[in-house]
Amino acid sequence: MSDHILETKNLSKEFKGFTAVSAVNLQIRRGHIHALIGPNGAGKTTVFNLLTKFITPTSGSIHYNGTDITGEKSADIALRGIVRSFQISAVFPNLTPRENVRLALQRPLGISYHFWKSDVILQQLNGRVMELLEDVGLADYADEITGELAYGRKRALEIATTLALDPELMLLDEPTQGMGVEDVDKITALVKKVSANRTILMVEHNLKVVATLADRITVLQRGAILAEGPYAEVSQDPLVLEAYMGSTHA
Amino acid sequence: MNKILWKILVILGLAAPFIVYPVFMMKLLCFALFASAFNLLLGYAGLLSFGHAAFFGGASYVTGYLVKNSGLTPELGILGGTLFAALLGYLVGSLAIRRQGIYFAMVTLALAQIVYFIALKAPFTGGEDGLQGIPRGRLFGMLDLGQIYSIGGSPVALNLYYFIFALFCLGFWIIYRTINSPFGQVLKAIRENEPRAVSLGYKVERFKLMAFVISAALAGMAGSMKSLVFQLASLTDVSWHTSGEVVLMTLLGGVGTVLGPLVGAFTVVTLQSELSSVGSWITVIIGVTFVVCVLLFRRGFVGELGRLLKKSL
Repeated sequence: MSDHILETKNLSKEFKGFTAVSAVNLQIRRGHIHALIGPNGAGKTTVFNLLTKFITPTSGSIHYNGTDITGEKSADIALRGIVRSFQISAVFPNLTPRENVRLALQRPLGISYHFWKSDVILQQLNGRVMELLEDVGLADYADEITGELAYGRKRALEIATTLALDPELMLLDEPTQGMGVEDVDKITALVKKVSANRTILMVEHNLKVVATLADRITVLQRGAILAEGPYAEVSQDPLVLEAYMGSTHA
Repeated sequence: MNKILWKILVILGLAAPFIVYPVFMMKLLCFALFASAFNLLLGYAGLLSFGHAAFFGGASYVTGYLVKNSGLTPELGILGGTLFAALLGYLVGSLAIRRQGIYFAMVTLALAQIVYFIALKAPFTGGEDGLQGIPRGRLFGMLDLGQIYSIGGSPVALNLYYFIFALFCLGFWIIYRTINSPFGQVLKAIRENEPRAVSLGYKVERFKLMAFVISAALAGMAGSMKSLVFQLASLTDVSWHTSGEVVLMTLLGGVGTVLGPLVGAFTVVTLQSELSSVGSWITVIIGVTFVVCVLLFRRGFVGELGRLLKKSL
């Protein structure tokens, strides 16, 4: 297999004359934590939506493990092992954290269309559910109503649910957005922990998190790639300093 | 849920023909099943269909035709009506689930109006008159459903009642099972957060379509039962009023609760029958009741009760 788990070739998206993403050539190395950064409106989330086919690219192609997946549907891409999280925490609010995680685990059982079976059958997954909830520090909240949990816990639950699918490539859209300092450190540690044996592509605003975690960084600006490389290199790039980090680091 | 509660309900159902007017009770059961089937779609898959009368009424015509004109036994008539509703549900559902929210509702309404038009114009539906005098027939060719027993001096079609009650229990059990199944879990996930369900790898269109077909089939079964009870299949059953009524029953009782549609159907049907003497004012009274209920308890009777008891009912 090639070094690159995910590759895009000239990936572009236009919305009625406005080019949101323009000829992006991303190469994500297997096993890396790859960060996608850039100012607001640079097209980071659009790239995520393109990669998971929540929106369809205008042109260009996406290759996963060497296979062209440009024409596939969102659910099929998830089945291939690319699982994403969302900018706004994506949980099932009226279900319990236990049920949230179990929903991810039940899919591989192949019984999800079996409306004639009792859901008692899903209790066989409880052990694994609790392991995952423990990993993210939510074991004590397994049977609360998810919607009533604190924001940071919802994000942690989202990561646990994503992990339950054991994805080969995990796409995290701003995992620390809107969190207090304590939670940011927790999530950073969690992402580091779960990055073993898998590849992570993350959009992140918090540069401290990026500096701690990312093996490689791509900087987007106005839908196009401005720079790419390790943090130390990118953070010294004069173009990047001017366009994005200028205000933060200069 | 509480097993004792279920037992009490079943015993009440078995004893009902000795206490209340059986035809009224059978009407309640038909509408309770209809509302429960509708609730499966709205409460658990988050899909608001505004054309469920097409399945309810369509199936009642098919059952009526099969029993009256083809001379089939009642159980085959009901099976035929249910299968017809399932097929119709597949067709309507395939088109409607491509859209969401209000557009979904509009597509179902439009398609249901087509069914209404067919029922009005087709040669085999009896037009304005509907299908009248549908025989109750003999169950499996043996047990006479039309048999009248005298209970306390009044005539009661006891065989028919228990047949209808058994069908209701079967239909209701299918809905209960579906809600509490691995499939039901995914439905709830789709209702809660559809993009997230997709990102977990669920093909949401298939789940929605399956839920739609199950709901349509059981709504059809309720319609088939009704055509045997009243020995009539009429335009009312396929009209958009009926589609609206089932929405009302479900919201009143509590959408997304197992018992809510039963309570809602009982409330609306009872009001209709108790108030039949006031004529057309009845719609005003039910309308006001509905508005008051929605303002006071938004979750419906059972929904609010469940919140008080901190239990899902």
